Amino acid sequence: MENSTQTEPKANKIIPKGEPVIIIEHLYKSFGKNVVLKDFNLTVKAEENVVVLGKSGAGKSVLIKCIIGLLKPDKGKILVFGNNIPELSADELDKVRTKIGFLFQANALYDSMTVRENLEFPLRRHWIGLKQKEIDKMVLEALDNVGLKNTVDMLPVELSGGMLKRIALARTLILKPEIILYDEPTTGLDPVTAREIDNLILKLQKKYHTSSIVISHDMNCVKSIADRVVLLLDGVCYTEGTYDELAQSKDEKINQFFES
Amino acid sequence: MALIEDIRDFLDETGSITKFTGNFFTNGLKPRFEVKELLAQCYSIGYKSLPLIGLTNFIMGLVLTMQLRPSLLKYGVESQLPVMVGIAIVREIGPVIAALIFAGKIASSIGAELGSMKVTEQIDAMEVSGTNPYKYLVATRVLATTLMLPILTILGDAISLIGAYIGVNINSVTSLNLFFAQVFQSLTFSDLLPAIIKTFFFGFAVGMVGCYKGFNSIKGTRGVGISANSAVVLSSVIIFFIDLLAVQFTNVFGLN
Ligand SMILES: Nc1ncnc2c1ncn2[C@@H]1O[C@H](COP(=O)(O)OP(=O)(O)OP(=O)(O)O)[C@@H](O)[C@H]1O
Ligand SMILES: [Mg+2]
Repeated sequence: MENSTQTEPKANKIIPKGEPVIIIEHLYKSFGKNVVLKDFNLTVKAEENVVVLGKSGAGKSVLIKCIIGLLKPDKGKILVFGNNIPELSADELDKVRTKIGFLFQANALYDSMTVRENLEFPLRRHWIGLKQKEIDKMVLEALDNVGLKNTVDMLPVELSGGMLKRIALARTLILKPEIILYDEPTTGLDPVTAREIDNLILKLQKKYHTSSIVISHDMNCVKSIADRVVLLLDGVCYTEGTYDELAQSKDEKINQFFES
Repeated sequence: MALIEDIRDFLDETGSITKFTGNFFTNGLKPRFEVKELLAQCYSIGYKSLPLIGLTNFIMGLVLTMQLRPSLLKYGVESQLPVMVGIAIVREIGPVIAALIFAGKIASSIGAELGSMKVTEQIDAMEVSGTNPYKYLVATRVLATTLMLPILTILGDAISLIGAYIGVNINSVTSLNLFFAQVFQSLTFSDLLPAIIKTFFFGFAVGMVGCYKGFNSIKGTRGVGISANSAVVLSSVIIFFIDLLAVQFTNVFGLN
């Protein structure tokens, strides 16, 4: 039966720190005449935080949607734990997706469901056969991680923007993914809440040893999170390096992101 | 040039609706079955529409009776009033009124609901959570509308006949027993069956169009509004076309 092969989360084979978990090779994606990615390459290693910088409309969201298989690239390879995402069948893709968390740019919480139901949804769908007791425990643990245990029976409309972001983060983390893709986790939040989210991302990463790709325009966030920064420009990986390396660059195209 | 573009858009849309519908038969009916969601949809779709369909059908039954009486009186066949009204309601008025109300209420709400889920990426979120959104959202809603509309139509017919009974009684006193005896004496199986069969198609069309418009909603709140609105318009038009086809079929098979 489709989707239901997994019953329990399998003990994850820990990938040693520094080994590649995502390898993107020669990725091309366009929408009609709008060429978004052309020959994009990137490697993400285990337990590494890679930040992708780029102007609005550069194709950052498109990039991570290709990684999780929501968009099909025109050409190129995306290897996640050695599985080439564009070639996987629906069932295989679902299996790989249990190991990937995805934080949507606009949260994408189900607005007809309570916070509890939102968090239960991925659990019930991916891991069929979990007992209600275990589900409750995991939901509360996930909410505890983001400090919002008391919102469990509220609806998304009753929560503030920052709270929604944190709930979305909890939903992303509930399957204990090994890779997390964050699409602008701090955009639209006040600086204090934004720092809280940054710290949360770091804390959770230490706790669960995840690897992540973070899309962000928020230089404070980039500075505190990034092990490595990648600049997406004109569909290619224009440059990469640590935050400090890029911040000191004389190249105007790189510089403009670090001004102010 | 604009005309050619319009024609091309029309053909494009027709093609993509056909593909979307085809997906229902190739994928939508395979496991895993979303039974819980299906039941929830049946309940909410049926329950939401019953009061409105009941009310409109009641009024239609009453008004139709009052409008028909003078003509029948003129030809001296007033006693045939229950027969005439019964046939009109069961064969045409009941199914079409129920379907149009359904289109107005359900196609728009499905279009708006799925449209806003689409633009806020909730559908994508479902997909990454190990759920096939077509099965979870579309197949369940389309099945629910297809199964609920015939039931609603039968209930609506009954309510409409009660309206007609009251209409008859405004001018002359008839007992409920006599009224229904007259109605059912003239009604045959071949009146009821095609009328109910076509409501399955009406229901299918309403659900499918609502889902298609929602799934293809363009970004922004305006997009959601457009989806809801065009879902109603398109499904209403399709209902009339199906009705037209249905009457041709019943003619060919000699059921008229
Ligand atoms: N589903 C789609 N259909 C057509 N075009 C799309 C689609 N998704 C994205 N695009 C186009 O791809 C380009 C890149 O979009 P993307 O959302 O990746 O930008 P982004 O880098 O995430 O920008 P932002 O920082 O504003 O979120 C844009 O020009 C956009 O119009
Ligand atoms: Mg984006």
